[in-house]
Amino acid sequence: MTVAIAKERWASRCLETVLGTGPRQVKVGGDATLPFLHFEGEIPNPPVVALEVFDAPPQEWPEFLTGAYEGVLSDPVAWAKRCQDYGADLVALRLTRTHPDGENASPEEAARVAAAVAEAVEVPLIVLGCGVEEKDAAVLPEVASALSGRNCLLGCATQENYKSIVAGCIANGHAVIASSPLDINLAKQLNILITEMNLEPNRIVIDPSIGALGYGIEYAYSIIERVRTGALMGDKMLSMPVILLVGQEVWKTKEAKTPDTAEWGEHKKRAILWEVTTAVSLIHAGGHIAVVRHPESLQYIKEHIAKMMQPQKY
Amino acid sequence: MALTGLEIYKLLPKTNCKECGQPTCLAFAMQLAAGKTSLEKCPHVSEQAKEALGAASAPPIALVKIGSGERVLAIGNETVLFRHDKRFEHPAGIAITVADNLPPEELASRVEAINRLCFDRVGQMHCVDLVFVENRSGEPATFAAAVKAVKEKTNLGIILGSENPDAVAAALGEVAAQRPLVYAATAANYEKMAALAKQHGVPLAVRGENLSDLADLVNKVVAMGAKELVLDTGAREVNQVLADQTQLRRQALKRFRPFGYPSIVFAIDPDPVRRVLEAAVPLAKYAGIIVLDTVDPAEILPLITLRLNIYTDPQKPIAVEPKIYEIGAVTPQSPVFVTTNFSLTYFCVAGDVEASRVPGYILTVDTDGTSVLTAWAAGKFTPEKIAAALNESGIADRVGHRKVIIPGGVAVLSGKLQELSGWEVLVGPRESAGIPAFLKQFWA
Ligand code: B12
Ligand code: SF4
Repeated sequence: MTVAIAKERWASRCLETVLGTGPRQVKVGGDATLPFLHFEGEIPNPPVVALEVFDAPPQEWPEFLTGAYEGVLSDPVAWAKRCQDYGADLVALRLTRTHPDGENASPEEAARVAAAVAEAVEVPLIVLGCGVEEKDAAVLPEVASALSGRNCLLGCATQENYKSIVAGCIANGHAVIASSPLDINLAKQLNILITEMNLEPNRIVIDPSIGALGYGIEYAYSIIERVRTGALMGDKMLSMPVILLVGQEVWKTKEAKTPDTAEWGEHKKRAILWEVTTAVSLIHAGGHIAVVRHPESLQYIKEHIAKMMQPQKY
Repeated sequence: MALTGLEIYKLLPKTNCKECGQPTCLAFAMQLAAGKTSLEKCPHVSEQAKEALGAASAPPIALVKIGSGERVLAIGNETVLFRHDKRFEHPAGIAITVADNLPPEELASRVEAINRLCFDRVGQMHCVDLVFVENRSGEPATFAAAVKAVKEKTNLGIILGSENPDAVAAALGEVAAQRPLVYAATAANYEKMAALAKQHGVPLAVRGENLSDLADLVNKVVAMGAKELVLDTGAREVNQVLADQTQLRRQALKRFRPFGYPSIVFAIDPDPVRRVLEAAVPLAKYAGIIVLDTVDPAEILPLITLRLNIYTDPQKPIAVEPKIYEIGAVTPQSPVFVTTNFSLTYFCVAGDVEASRVPGYILTVDTDGTSVLTAWAAGKFTPEKIAAALNESGIADRVGHRKVIIPGGVAVLSGKLQELSGWEVLVGPRESAGIPAFLKQFWA
């Protein structure tokens, strides 16, 4: 007997977003099917992986994570280059120094750091604010103009602060991360608000909010699956690529922090598995850009993606 | 092809004898159509009707049980492609390999290591489920001896991993009562394997070279009377595994009968991270059993956690009772922590309070089972609610002091809470993992 392969006839496909300029430019999205089901529809671009760079030495990282960035932890420019050398598809600069409870660095200062990092790497740049909505609303437009024409990805824009950030992206040719708290309707609504400002839909990347493996990943998994099926069924306001901010979730978990134990095994192996498993599960739900911290995680995730991009034999 | 209530009614005796517990045959038919009762409740239904109804009311994916006693693994009975459509019902079984030609002491210690692959997640123990005994020796006697040794060391279910019917027959002589899964019937051996499975009443895995081949083989073993099956499409590359598992699930839900059984997959890469990923992908997408060759808890913990997450019912957050919990030998001087009644949150905090070795009280506030920040953002973890919990729970009678420690993530609550409750509010660390260090510094 010959089994006929069951294929869904999807009405539509995800939007394709282009980031960066020059030979290391990255394209994401454009999928005409669910993740890696090559037998059903075209998957023009593989998911990509970014490594994170901080503008100040991070606190509380385990030694095998700081060790990967030895000598560059106080120098975001050198750090970013190291990430590029490790094979990152993109670099994600996190502007922690702007946090009002910390150094409260000015938008201008943040913009200088971002410009220096952008100058030093060929891969596309993601710039993430400190997460305090008001402050990001002031910092990111400044960053946008300092990076004018480089086609970066800036975020996170929320329902509270999207206006100035999106305006900065429009004026300077960047794409924006639209962030919503694990709610498909809120994600959609924010995308509508942003496109109403006349940013092209393919200049938006959805951050659905995620949790780490064991810490709410199931919610993110299902929201992302629903975003993907929504896109394939033709919902234009859910068709944007999805970004997964994995590192920030994983490295605060107990599993990534607890030293070697008999019950849980070796610390480094476990922590990297936590980061890799979180990222890969959410890529299989429908994520397009994974932002991680450990270079070994990067390698394994990229290798897995390469494997999954090989077509199936039917 | 589910039948409607009326279609079912036509096949019933229509005597309204009420023995099924329903007032009329029609009422019974309606309940049956809604999946709320089972056909066996009617003692008068004819054989012919049973057949017609049985096929139509059978679930799209059969339920298969492996093992005996307390540790029976039930897989299958799934009804959806996406967990958000309803939920995934029966968590995939995780099986660990043991070679039959290991020296006896090594075999024993490997099985002991497998038995230890149990982890406390949100207050429940989550363990691996099966031991896959592999007939690497090729010898029936060696295989049977190894299987017997495994049985004596564990109460986990067993998979008899051999394509040699003589070896399987010898092993079944030792463990048939434990209801092992026989792995596997193939084009070369299916007649003997199906006969053995039927004779001993044990489940049988069927391995094809590809989907079409598998469907053929399933039809053949079913024709021979084997009933409880587990499917292996033969794929070993993770990209193909994903596609095949997707096909099995989609086609089963479309009632393509040969694929109406749970599946088995193998994660075989020698590299630990790649191996875990080979297991993680089918764990999220549709496999019934995943076989791995490792006893390293660092590899199993992420898989068990992923399984727990994927198989959680999306409709119900897991909550604990909102009340005072005592950790260790508490005294009136012990610290008081507040948190929410989301299970995950409570067990994180409880584990870390325990790790601090300082006995303490944890007061969980009723936030409808949501996490600290979710509850705070949703207005369910407010100074008013925490103050009320402090005053009404009776914690004030149990401690001599008036100091309460709150999660660092909701530091903004501290002023208002202090004012409303009259308790001194200490802002704890953001992550509960910081509690031991925090106590050392701030709780003399
Ligand atoms: C899963 C999740 C959900 C799930 C709910 C899961 C649940 N049962 O709670 C769903 C999808 C339903 C959800 C909904 C919402 N969510 Co939500 N959600 C999350 C997510 C991804 C993970 C939360 C989680 O489970 N964390 C794990 C648990 C263990 O963490 P925890 O409870 O905080 O506990 C830790 C610490 O606080 C600390 N701790 C806990 N107790 C104590 C006690 C003491 C004494 C100490 C010292 C420490 C301590 O230790 C724990 C372990 O580290 C987070 C984002 C994220 N990645 O964190 C957003 C998040 C919490 N959600 C958010 C929001 C806004 C919402 C909504 C209000 C959105 C909306 N408008 O619909 C709704 C509210 C729903 C409602 N009405 O109840 C925001 C909160 C923003 C903020 N800072 O205020 C977050 C941060 C997302 C974001 N980045 O915007 N959410
Ligand atoms: S037991 Fe059977 S025959 Fe009697 S009322 Fe119920 S359905 Fe009808």
